[in-house]
Amino acid sequence: MIDIPTTVRISFKALKRNKMRSALTMLGIIIGVGAVIAMIAVGAGAREKIASQISSMGSNLIMVLPGATTAGGVRMGSGTQPTLTLNDAEAIQKECPAVSEVAPILNGVAQVVHGSQNWATGVIGTTPGMLTVREWPLDSGRSFTQQDVRNATKVCLIGKTVVDNLFGDDDPIGKVVRIKKVPFTVIGVLSVKGQSPQGQDQDDAIHVPVTTAQKKLFGTAFPGMVRTIMVKARSTGDLASAEKQIIELLRQRHHIGQKQENDFTVRNLTQAMQTAEQSANVMGLLLGSIASVSLLVGGIGIMNIMLVSVTERTREIGIRMAIGAKTWDIRLQFIIEAMTLSLIGGIAGIIAGISSSKLISMFAGWTTIVSPFSILLAFGFSGLVGIFFGFYPAYKASLLDPIEALRYE
Amino acid sequence: MTLIETREISKIYRTGSVELNALMNVSASIEAGEFVAVMGPSGSGKSTFMNILGCLDTPSSGQYFLEGNDVGNFDRDERAQIRNKKIGFVFQGFNLLPRTSALENVELPMLYNGLPSRDRRGRAAEALKNVGLSGREDSHPGQLSGGQQQRVAIARALVNNATIILADEPTGNLDTKTSAEVMELFTRLNTESHITIILVTHEQDIAAYSRRIIRFLDGRIISDEQSGRS
Repeated sequence: MIDIPTTVRISFKALKRNKMRSALTMLGIIIGVGAVIAMIAVGAGAREKIASQISSMGSNLIMVLPGATTAGGVRMGSGTQPTLTLNDAEAIQKECPAVSEVAPILNGVAQVVHGSQNWATGVIGTTPGMLTVREWPLDSGRSFTQQDVRNATKVCLIGKTVVDNLFGDDDPIGKVVRIKKVPFTVIGVLSVKGQSPQGQDQDDAIHVPVTTAQKKLFGTAFPGMVRTIMVKARSTGDLASAEKQIIELLRQRHHIGQKQENDFTVRNLTQAMQTAEQSANVMGLLLGSIASVSLLVGGIGIMNIMLVSVTERTREIGIRMAIGAKTWDIRLQFIIEAMTLSLIGGIAGIIAGISSSKLISMFAGWTTIVSPFSILLAFGFSGLVGIFFGFYPAYKASLLDPIEALRYE
Repeated sequence: MTLIETREISKIYRTGSVELNALMNVSASIEAGEFVAVMGPSGSGKSTFMNILGCLDTPSSGQYFLEGNDVGNFDRDERAQIRNKKIGFVFQGFNLLPRTSALENVELPMLYNGLPSRDRRGRAAEALKNVGLSGREDSHPGQLSGGQQQRVAIARALVNNATIILADEPTGNLDTKTSAEVMELFTRLNTESHITIILVTHEQDIAAYSRRIIRFLDGRIISDEQSGRS
């Protein structure tokens, strides 16, 4: 069998002889590999962003929304009729074994005043369970307790954006803010959460005990009313059973008959986010496959140039055959030459791909993640392109008649 | 010992409906260590005969024995191996690889029989020395005179210890003085190293270096006689 290092050296020499041509041929592979890496990086970035949003929502999350009511045959959307109560939330906590934590929510928007500053922000009435459900630690201070909820204490936890707008650089702990003219003592500051999947600033909010919100801030249509109940299942595997248990329990509590529809909606948020993640995956795949088309075109470029090269070097092939090169000696020589082209192009393409990912991040502001896997994939693929598109020219060369080839001018 | 024996070999080329009998029932045998000149006008079949002897081509019919092996029926790769190990070619146009050093040109046949790189260099340098080209190892064909190029080709032909040199008009591109030098080299290889030399030539004075002349005409051998310095 042929001596591979020497053949590689020979092919380097042959490629150096036609520098411009080799460079242009490689350009096809460079663009192809670069595009594959950059596009996979964009796709992975989008996926990562969604994944981080999922984790900012809190994992294994289920949302219970009040009813879709039917009024005289007209079905209203979910949330049109307040049907959920604080007691529902407590019951879910107590009686659904697949549920680990529950946070009822009664929220609204209110003007908040501190000293000479004022700021309109979301006020969320909830229970201490909120921090567990949303996996949301405090930056400083303490959370309110069940005791605070029971007594409807006027204490609040505030988000970073609110701190910035009302306090500037001052420490807000222990200070008093007025929400709808009701004074509340700030007892804790929530850590920064960033944007929600819907693009809301989650740090622009004040959390107060749900009972305080009911009695002092927003009032209720009936005693104990809450807008939504957030539920955290024990694990991802428990999501489905938690959903079932909640539905069963609430149907029972709301006295809903066999044939009647639910007056509430249970939404599995984690599932929704996973769907979003899947669509990001599909997008990544799509980008990757479009990019690989350019790699394919690059490969055809290699085949083209190798065919030209075989024709130009017919006499050389004849000489090699006359002195004893076998079929596979000739084939390997040209395949290795094609691979040299594609692999050098591949390496340059990896560099191009990584730098263009960086440029995309810089100018478009998208998250891009260059994974070692995508680099390996692109590199391996470019090698395969060399073998695949180098084979036909090499095959053609190996079938030349040595006598004819020696006579070729 | 009979090195080469052809029995009734014919070669027929078909182009469309036209048949060309390049060789017709040619039988000849050549002993090891002979120095044979093959002569004849163009189209007489001498090149076809040489191609078959060199395992570059196969006869349409008949048998060709090389060292007792019926190589006429060998496949492509088997013939390549024969060419690599037993036969050295010297061409009119030298057929060296351009832009490749003399040493690398001589190394080439060893590349195809799996010799490690170190051994190749040493043997190629040795072969160049043997043809009087020490010191020109790094010269490219373009930097060498015709006679020097032909000597590189002869070194290449012999580097794998071939026992046969097939030379197709080896002096056709050379002036008289260089031709004489190359023919002296052939003679020396024949007498000192007992290399069998078969060469095609048009020129009587080149044929005179040989000890046997085979003449071709219209695809047949018309004369086969001992000659020259025998």
